[in-house]
Amino acid sequence: MASLQEVTVDEIRHLVSQRAIEGETMLLNMGPQHPSTHGVLRLLLELDGEQIVSCIPDIGFLHTGIEKNMEAKTYIKAAVMTDRLDYLNTMGNNLVYCLAIEKLVGLDVPPRAQVIRVIMVELQRIASHLVWLGTHALDLAAMSVFLYCFREREMILDIIEMISGQRMMATYFRPGGLWREVPPEWEDHVRGFLKIFPDRVKQYENLLTDNPIFRDRTIGIGKISEADAFRWGLTGPMLRASGPPLDLRKSRPYSGYEQYDFDVPTHTDGDVYARYLVRMQEFHESMKIVRQALDKLPSGPIISNDRKYVPPPRSELGVSMEALIHHFKLWTEGFPAPKESVYVPVESPRGELGVFLEGDGGPKPYRCYWRTPSFVNLECLEYISKGHMVADLVAIIGSIDIVLGDTDR
Amino acid sequence: MGVEQKLGNMGIVTTRLEDVINWGRTGAMWPMLFGLACCAIEMMASQASSYDMSRFGMELMRASPRQSDLMIVAGRVSRKMAPVLRRLYDQMPDPKWVVSMGDCASCSGVFNNYALVQGVDEVVPVDVYVAGCPPRPEALIHGILTLHEKVRKEKMADWD
Amino acid sequence: MTDEHAHQTIEALQGAFGGETGEYAGDPRLVLPADQILAAAAALRNQHGFEYLSGLTAVDYWPAQDPRFHLVYHFSSYRHNSRVEIRVPIAEDVEVVSITPEYWSANWQERELFDLFGIRFTGHPDLRRILMPHDWEGHPLRKDYPLGYEEVQFTFNREEIAARKPRPSE
Repeated sequence: MASLQEVTVDEIRHLVSQRAIEGETMLLNMGPQHPSTHGVLRLLLELDGEQIVSCIPDIGFLHTGIEKNMEAKTYIKAAVMTDRLDYLNTMGNNLVYCLAIEKLVGLDVPPRAQVIRVIMVELQRIASHLVWLGTHALDLAAMSVFLYCFREREMILDIIEMISGQRMMATYFRPGGLWREVPPEWEDHVRGFLKIFPDRVKQYENLLTDNPIFRDRTIGIGKISEADAFRWGLTGPMLRASGPPLDLRKSRPYSGYEQYDFDVPTHTDGDVYARYLVRMQEFHESMKIVRQALDKLPSGPIISNDRKYVPPPRSELGVSMEALIHHFKLWTEGFPAPKESVYVPVESPRGELGVFLEGDGGPKPYRCYWRTPSFVNLECLEYISKGHMVADLVAIIGSIDIVLGDTDR
Repeated sequence: MGVEQKLGNMGIVTTRLEDVINWGRTGAMWPMLFGLACCAIEMMASQASSYDMSRFGMELMRASPRQSDLMIVAGRVSRKMAPVLRRLYDQMPDPKWVVSMGDCASCSGVFNNYALVQGVDEVVPVDVYVAGCPPRPEALIHGILTLHEKVRKEKMADWD
Repeated sequence: MTDEHAHQTIEALQGAFGGETGEYAGDPRLVLPADQILAAAAALRNQHGFEYLSGLTAVDYWPAQDPRFHLVYHFSSYRHNSRVEIRVPIAEDVEVVSITPEYWSANWQERELFDLFGIRFTGHPDLRRILMPHDWEGHPLRKDYPLGYEEVQFTFNREEIAARKPRPSE
């Protein structure tokens, strides 16, 4: 076990200004356990009174070694670990992993599975933004919004539990389609949710959007321009709040997103308030997509029937010898993937989530790299927090919407 | 028997000191905010509207270890985080209890590799293990109530 | 839908810097020698309009020693809606020039590669460990580094594993 990280002056001499070494400014540790850091993020702040001179993030407190662990499991079994990366966007992680496998081996997904995938991913986006809104408002001392958001999130978790049995880590998407058919009451629950949710979003907007305290704490804080945002590699609502409408669902559609009609909300200011407005508008856009998808839900199979990659349904095992052999081979050995590499990006609630998957002809992934949005978005924290006060830093961290499981993998 | 009945009418009850103190300890046990990963979201959900934990006395979560009694280790503990965990546990004043929430805290769950502490009981002594990945809020509340029962049974001879 | 701009860019880069092209599933890639990567990154950003670095990772081909690692860069363009992949094969203990001057987001990505693979970058402003503890030895994602798993404790070996497990000293 490593010893406690005593940071010596030599290690950080090149990171902090000369004034810190002389003792004129104060070095403060905003430690891994802190109510406002949204997880185990450690920040080394150099403060001149209350103003931040520099802020050095120290991550890695949640490093789980998922990438190396996935190399030791077959493709299907490694899908279980993908949920636990960005734990607020579990369906999205499953989706990008399944898309990468399908691109690597050349597997087709039936249309019904694609539509259900879109519905669940958009509901997951709403759930993730609800947690963002609840914790962001909680940091800025609006506690009732936190309680309201979790009340709505329970409805979405009930829907996810209905189809998969698990509230968060569902692993519902499998390479080739879905794990099992949705129950008949699923559609009613989703429509019921869509009926009541617009009013709830209006409640949150009434509480926060024109609230003078909220506006004072967020307008003009943490500004970043469009050019700087690109240099820092920002994607998702952080980038869209500074101008460009870059959304992978529109520019590189996957899983049938080109059939749906929705807008990409943007803003021009690039500060915390702009990111708040962009994400609030995304609630409405996600609801639009779910409504359209439910209306055009086709019937048909929910998983591909390519038996080289997809296990057969259990009903076939009693009657067909080939089904039994495929089942045995797929679950004990797994399917082989070619010696090629693919990179598939999707739009997660935080930005561009991508999987780089390289096969080696065997049943286990040779290298599975996750380009996670929180890791890249968090880098710009030092740049955008210069000159602000510590209280503003809390607002800025909330607006970046980091998930430490995503950052540290 | 007769004395107690009479005393009861005057508003006096007699009991053992242990029972009163243990009842007081379970009545308002404040957890320390130690949400690390996915289980933290379920812990927040069990603190929030639908599965309210404040009806069991856990009205608020104190961020400072000096003001809390219970550490709910919610989430996976990496090797970098383990010394921090131990230091926070040492900073908590007695009496203190630890609930290991979730599979990753109890036995490192799905992740059997170099980066995680294989069960938080390598670092701190644990009172109650709550299984699940992540455990449902009801499971966490059941774990908390099990802890309350355990505290109720504590004896004065065992106090430090 | 084919990515015309990406194909044109790959051909232009091959003309300027050499290397071989490849393609799989519609995504073109270019294999460049290690000393050309900074110039190629500058060309991508300034001439071809690839504004941001999508991802930077490495693949370890141990026990093959030369090249042992393949660095994989993914550049994306918003203006042209396109994406290219650049692979740089390097042997062990070879230092690669850092592309941080061009793409600021490469800072943490290269630190992660140093931490998990041991690949050093010249010209990097702050090369130290980012995900592992600062006094960790070894580079975990290399293929010759063990997964580090613990033997599972069943009922038949429960006592002997429990004796070996570290316990808190209270």
